[in-house]
Amino acid sequence: MKKRMSILALMMALMLTLVACGGKKGEPTPPAEGNEKVEDIKVGMVTDEGGVNDQSFNQSAWEGLQRASKELGVEAKYQESEQESDYAPNFETLLDADFDMMWGVGYKLAGAAYEAALNNPDKSYGVIDYSYDGNDDFPEGTPENMVGVIFHDEQSSFLAGYVAGYTTKTNKVGFVGGIEGAVIHKFEYGYTAGVDYAAKEQGKQIEVIRQYADSFGDAAKGKSIANSMFQKGADIVFHAAGGVGDGVIEAAKEQDKWAIGVDRDQNYLAPDNVLTSVIKRVDESIFKQVESFKDGKFEGGKTVLIGLQEGNFVGLADSSSKNVDGEVLKATDKIKEKIIAGEIVPPTDSQKYEEFVKALNK
Amino acid sequence: MYNIAIILGITLMYSAPLIYTALGGVISENSGVVNIGLEGMMTVGAFAAATVGYYTGNPWLAFLAGGIAGGLVALMHGIACISFYADHIISGIAINFIGPGLALFLSRLFFDGATMTKPIPIENKIPRSLNGVFAKNSVLDVIFNQYDTVFLAFILTAVVWFVLYKTKLGLRIRAIGEHPEAADSLGINVYKVKYIAVILSGIFAGFGGAAMSIAVVANFRQSLISGQGYIALAAMIFGKWKPQGAMLACLLFGAAQGLAVYLGGTSIEVPSTVLNMLPYIITLLTLVIFVGEGGSGPAANGEPFEKN
Repeated sequence: MKKRMSILALMMALMLTLVACGGKKGEPTPPAEGNEKVEDIKVGMVTDEGGVNDQSFNQSAWEGLQRASKELGVEAKYQESEQESDYAPNFETLLDADFDMMWGVGYKLAGAAYEAALNNPDKSYGVIDYSYDGNDDFPEGTPENMVGVIFHDEQSSFLAGYVAGYTTKTNKVGFVGGIEGAVIHKFEYGYTAGVDYAAKEQGKQIEVIRQYADSFGDAAKGKSIANSMFQKGADIVFHAAGGVGDGVIEAAKEQDKWAIGVDRDQNYLAPDNVLTSVIKRVDESIFKQVESFKDGKFEGGKTVLIGLQEGNFVGLADSSSKNVDGEVLKATDKIKEKIIAGEIVPPTDSQKYEEFVKALNK
Repeated sequence: MYNIAIILGITLMYSAPLIYTALGGVISENSGVVNIGLEGMMTVGAFAAATVGYYTGNPWLAFLAGGIAGGLVALMHGIACISFYADHIISGIAINFIGPGLALFLSRLFFDGATMTKPIPIENKIPRSLNGVFAKNSVLDVIFNQYDTVFLAFILTAVVWFVLYKTKLGLRIRAIGEHPEAADSLGINVYKVKYIAVILSGIFAGFGGAAMSIAVVANFRQSLISGQGYIALAAMIFGKWKPQGAMLACLLFGAAQGLAVYLGGTSIEVPSTVLNMLPYIITLLTLVIFVGEGGSGPAANGEPFEKN
């Protein structure tokens, strides 16, 4: 009996480390015909645990590379990670296949991508959602052969919060986060500030219920959190939680409430229940970088910051016009202009949020 | 009151897949075959159900497919343990590696190289018979407006109890688990009964996976089944190898999850990491304090039987 239990414990430990080990290959996309052949350029990407079909930023990144493959004639390929220990081997696999440019999609890959970039100065690297500059974990800053691309998610989340603030009928909205940290805080506080701003304009109080699932994959958890928010009277729940969001959208569908999608237009998952989506065009951003790489204009050693002022890289999905009131959308456009002009600076963390609220209530 | 209803609703949602899988464990281990491979069988079942559900649009067919797929994986376990006298635990470990690997491989085959199946529209998911029976978001609605797989889990618990304790097959299964040689000397075909029990356990684990992928959510992804099989296995042991005990242990775990979600939504300042440990800690403590010594299960559990 004791033996059984200890083996059970051992298996559980094994589960955490070993489930389906090894990186997975994506089909290399052959360069489209009729294009001038740029056989030499190979661009690869490594996903996080969400996988390439995560209906979120991994998928968006892969769409960017596919477009690059079609329009620029580069060879594109992805490596999926099943767990964190796959990150480094996946970069290694791409390196072995002689890839020229390699992307880590998601802040979780920042460490592995950084190591790979330092070890292979003749290759180029990029990471999505992470900045090595001004970062205590990486005092050396961004390596010369690397870029970090980060998005002003708080700006687009602010817009979503503003829309939610004008759409809610119960004056209660929810936010479900994945794992707490700087990246998700941008969504959380940007959104909350947007709701507050809308509430102030309308002269009413809107409560924002916030909860973290502590996972980016546990859909059942996302569903139970969203369900409990809806049952407590919220009518809109915004998620910034990857796979957990599947459960949030599922809950909105079942309860016929609103969910706000994230990273890409998630309206197709539940056309009548996804109010809008906070998008970041990871695809466009990667495409731009690959394009400049192909033209020999790639500049490493820096962080590329992408916000509303850069164009339509972040913002609300086009499908918003379907479910969001036209007047509200018009007002949202005005807010967008104010953010671009710097009149509104959406907060990125709890401290900035408190300052924001203080200034708002003055 | 309303908060308790929310917790109870989450409890039912969370524990249903665990109950199926734990029942599978009960059947197999009562026949003397240790089934540590429940996790792998569950994963394959979840994948098969999501895929069949997506392509056929028939939820019950999908549910059945999940069971069959789990049963087929269990057949491998049976062949290794029953016909080739392999160590049950080693075979089970192998199953737990084969299961997710197989699901991943097939998923890539059916869904253009992706690790995730495509979502099933809500009207093609398992039905919710009590949807709309109670006033929307009333206490009863919050608790009982569940997918039919939840109710089926409880029905099957009763069925498994009946079969194990009130039928000839059940008596044979239990006799073999206690003393296969004695059963054999009375003319019972030990191999046959063991095969039946192991395959049934796979079918139940497959149902458990299906209850995740086509009821709790609407698609399969690799992270969907991550540990539920082991929790079900532990629930079976804490439930003293009895269907009703296993069910109660699963409900307890579900309730602890519900409590964690509920507490996370209140203004109590507890870090989310601590909250998310809560279900495991509560389950452990309750079982240690209130259930005590787990008992040792069927006497010949895990021992290969070789007919002389």
